[in-house]
Order: sequence, then C-alpha cells, then structure tokens
Amino acid sequence: MRVAGVDIGSLTTKAIILEDGEIVGKSLVMTGHNSRLAGRRALDLALKDAGIGENTLDNIVATGYGRLSIDFFAEQVTEITCHARGAHSILRDARTVIDLGGQDSKAIALDENGRVLDFVMNDKCAAGTGRFLEVMAQALEIGLENLGEVSLQSVDPAPISSVCTVFAESEVISRIAEGVDKVDIAAGIHQAIASRIYAMASRISLRERFVMTGGVAKNIGVVKALEKRFRTSFFIPDEPQLVGALGAAMIAAERASVKN
Amino acid sequence: MSEEGKKHYVKIRATENMKKLMTDYYIQAKTAAGTGKKVCWITSGGPVEFLIAMDVIPVYPENHGAMCGASRTSVELAEVAEEMGFSRDLCSYARLDIGQAVTAGGPIGGLPRPDFLLCCNNICGTVLKWYEHVSRYYDVPMFFFDTPFIHKETREHAFEYVRNQCVELIEFLEDQTRRNFSENKFAEVAVKSVQAVDLWKKVLSTAEHRPSPLTCFDAFIHMAPIVTLRGTQDVVDYYRLLLSEMEERIENGISAVPEERYRLIWDNIPIWYEMRNLGKLFASRGACLVADTYTSAWAVDIRIDEPLTSMADAYTSVYLNISIDLMVDQVLSLIQRFKADGMVMHSNRSCKPYSLGQYDIARMVTEKTGKPVVIIEADMTDSRAYSEAQVRERIEAFLESLERM
Repeated sequence: MRVAGVDIGSLTTKAIILEDGEIVGKSLVMTGHNSRLAGRRALDLALKDAGIGENTLDNIVATGYGRLSIDFFAEQVTEITCHARGAHSILRDARTVIDLGGQDSKAIALDENGRVLDFVMNDKCAAGTGRFLEVMAQALEIGLENLGEVSLQSVDPAPISSVCTVFAESEVISRIAEGVDKVDIAAGIHQAIASRIYAMASRISLRERFVMTGGVAKNIGVVKALEKRFRTSFFIPDEPQLVGALGAAMIAAERASVKN
Repeated sequence: MSEEGKKHYVKIRATENMKKLMTDYYIQAKTAAGTGKKVCWITSGGPVEFLIAMDVIPVYPENHGAMCGASRTSVELAEVAEEMGFSRDLCSYARLDIGQAVTAGGPIGGLPRPDFLLCCNNICGTVLKWYEHVSRYYDVPMFFFDTPFIHKETREHAFEYVRNQCVELIEFLEDQTRRNFSENKFAEVAVKSVQAVDLWKKVLSTAEHRPSPLTCFDAFIHMAPIVTLRGTQDVVDYYRLLLSEMEERIENGISAVPEERYRLIWDNIPIWYEMRNLGKLFASRGACLVADTYTSAWAVDIRIDEPLTSMADAYTSVYLNISIDLMVDQVLSLIQRFKADGMVMHSNRSCKPYSLGQYDIARMVTEKTGKPVVIIEADMTDSRAYSEAQVRERIEAFLESLERM
C-alpha cells in the first residue's frame, strides 16, 4: 500500500511517501506565500523521490496550517494528532512530544498507542518558535544554523527577560550595545525559550520519554537548554521537521486499510 | 471533512418573537426621555426586579456589548476608549461602552443616557470603576450593590449585609423616581421573575435529551430576555413559547446538531463575533455544546415567601462570585446532568474573574471525571485578541482526540 502525508506549515512544507510502512520518498520546501502551491510542490517532489506517480497512491492525509488550501484530494487531520502519531512511530516509549515549529509551539501528552491524551499550544505569540529564533539570529548577525552551536560556548548566559519577540529583539540589541558577548546573548535567548516552553508544557502532565519535533529541534542550543529546564533528556529524531508528515502518512495508511 | 457551508441548524421559530421583544424594549428605552420613565443602567448580575417594580427601564451595557460584538462593531468602539487613555487590558465590554457613550456608534446608535446607575459586583470588580466613570461622564448617581465573595458558604452576616442593601436600594429608587415602592407590585414582579426563571431552566434542561434540541450557542442568543427583562409578563410568555418549541423538537426527534456524536460543556462568555462560525465548526463535526456555565447564571432562585432574603442569597451565589472549588462542583454537576463527553473553556482576555483558575478547574474536572478539556484563547468582543487558525486547530485536535475515546 502506498500513501502520502503532507504537512503544510507556516514556514516549510513537508511530504512523506510510505510504501507498506517504509519511507520511500520525502521532500521539504519553503511554504512561501502560496500554501496551495507549496503543498503541491512538496507532494510532487516526494513522489519524484519515490519514483512513483500520484495515481498509485491509496490515500493522502494533509496536515498543518495550510491543509485547508490544498488542490489535491486528501483527508484533513490536525498536526497535533499527526505529530503524536509520527513521534510514537519513531519512539514507542514516547509519552510527551515537544513540537517547536515555525509559528507555534506545542506540548502533547500521548498514550502507549500514540493517541493524544492532552495538548497545549502557545497563545497568539511567536516567542519560542522558529520565527523567534530567525529574528534573534538576524539581530545577532549569526547564521540561524550556527546559533545553537555558538551558544554552547557560553559560560555566562545573558538574561533575556522579555517574552515578546519584538521586545526581546530590542533587548538583544541593547545587550549588544552594552558589549555583552554574542555567545552569551545566544545562550540567554535559548534559556528564555526553554523557560517559556517549560511553563507552557507544565500545564499538561509531563511523562517520560520526551520527543522533540519541529525545525527548532535542529538547534542544539535550544535542545540543551530545554533538557536542563525539563531535567531530562530529549529524543531528537534524525529529521525532526518531517515527523508531522510522517504521522500524517501513517494515519493515511491506517485509514486506507480500514476502508479496504 | 463535512461541508461547513451547509446549513447545520434548524432555525428556532421563536427567534422572531425574541427579536421583536428585544427591539420593542430597546425602542422603549431609547425613547424614554420626556415620557417620565427613568432609565437605569445595570450590570448583568444586578437585581433588576427592583427596577421593574418601580417602572424603571433597565439598560444593560453588557447586553449591548454582546450586540456590538456580534455585529462586529465592538473594536471601533473600544478603540475610542483606548484613545481616551483606557488600557487595552481593561474589559472590552467596559471599553466599548465608554466608547459608545462618546460616539453613539454600534448597531443601535448607542445606548440611551442613564438617569442613574445600579452597579452590582457579583460578576466582577471592574464594574465598579467602569460605572464610576459612567457616573462622572453623565453626571448621574450610582447605587453600588456589594455582594461578598463566597469562599465556602455564605455567612449569616453576609446575607444580612446584602439584604440591608436591598432596603437601601429601595430608598435610592424612591428618591430617584420620586415614587413610593409598592410591596404588592414588587411581589407581582417577583412572581413573574420566578416564573420566567423556572421556564428558562426548563428550556436549558431540554438539552439533557439526547440528541439535544438546542446548543449553548442558541442559549446565548435566547438568554437576552431573561437577563434584561425578567419580572415582566412578556418574558414569561416568551419562554413559554420557546419551551414548547423545544419540547416539540424532542417529540419530533429534531436535534440542534445533525448527527449528534459528542456532547460538550462550554465555559465562559461567548466569543460573540465568532459564535456563528464556531457553531458551524462544532456542528460539522457532530459536536453539540449542550450546556454552559454562563446562561445558567440567570437561573436564580427567588422564593416568593421571602423575596428579599432569597434574592440576597441568589445574587450573592452566582457562578462568578464563588470559589474555584464551588465552580468545579457546578461544572461536575453539569457534566453529569447533561452526560457530557468533555468541556471547551474560553480563556477570555477581558473577563479575569471568569478566566482565572480555568487551568485548575480543567485539571480538577479531568481528574474527577476522566473527561478531556480544551482551552481556547480569545476575547468576548475584542476580535484583535483572536486567532482563528489557532482556535480552529485546537478545537479540531480536541475533537480528533474525542473520536478515538
């Protein structure tokens, strides 16, 4: 059985093709201003990667904020359900998923079958998300991909008290003007994110083991800060950004097999 | 996904009667000047029976606030208050009310000028400062009706304190209207109030039936008369009509939500500007909001034999004037009575007393019943504090988690 999962996020769009439970194709593209087009491109690229045609797919599930705008037929499932399922398929012992994506952050509690027990999302605020880190990396003139590594060199993280992206940016600029080392500022930013995510996630019951998903999981500085704050180690999948698409594909497979 | 564009509701016929009732009421209120009738602005939890008995026209800025929210005129009015220097953290009902007094904006061209004010703090502390502002703005007197917060149980002295204020309120009204208070008239009003409240309770109870003939979104619309005009014959007649229509629905198997699959409880004030869309979203997934903590606030118990004492009790024990433990008890009782599968809580940026403690209530409810709770962030009338995509996402994920239970 061949199925696809497409996750149309605010920053990136991801697709996974599964053939009898194995990943045979995947893609990741920037979402840009047109999420309909992004969904189409991601699906086409994943199909190309798998070397198969769209008409051979038994089912497609779309997830993410852009899922309502797609132009191909797909079932719609929220990314909360998809991330839970995806994380569970990667790590059977996963009971808590911390997903830090482009525009939102969430914590999901799951049961032993990967089903959502409870979840909590950030309110209407970008602090702690990928977008927040982009703004901070820009303010520090450090490449986004290097921000994590750079911050690990810090021995004296500079406290960043603002919880708002805009205010935090001006705070960072003030710290730079005061002559604080960029390395310490970067570490301070990651600590601030960790505190904020911890406060949010604590609203649900947090149980071992923890899986971190979403693009921010690629920032080792955030991961380390979170692990310190949560006093536990996080399991980071090889491709944390693709977990939602993977979950979507798995749900597509389940639903297709129920129908058959 | 089922088509959300489809019509999900069977229209409630009585709605037309309610619209007429409320239109007539607002026309009467807006044309009161020069007729000898006095207009009193009153908070939503205030003891309106005294006003009705004294032939004073009650005007509810909060009901008007809901209308401004539903007609999406609230933000422009709130902005007027913000320009005057009022903080955006202040209740949006207060802000838009302060704004409408200046611009006479909104769906009915502003509220009629008050002759005096009746401010009861059983719903929040904000109303005091809000009404003080209104009092200064229009240069009219305010009666402050103080209801002590209930932590565990009402103490005898607290009762006595509130009961004494009923007596003071009567004196205040006599003074303002230059008329004598009639015990007979008051008893008549109290009887009608009791009848209306009883009918309203019965209307809400019809949702115990599976499938439910009404949702809380219907109740939010049909609550206007019980809030504003209880104690009048029109309101009794209206709820008799609505109740018979709901009973008829049950008999004929008409449900508010086609293919009711989940029954949920709503907590907090409605998101007025988004209510229609939310109603459609829930209905399209077979979810019926069968009860809420809001509309039942007007199901106050007045005993005819002891009207003042029972009113002191009723007005002090409303949902927003009791401790979290007592709130949880009420939520648990709703879940049990209405056989609910979970709860949707609106964390309302405007309403602090309603929203404070929701995470604790959610946790306690889940611990005691195993039923899941979802919390959505919004504001009752300030749509600038609302993110449609995020709220939708949470509700859909919540319904997906119910699906597999």
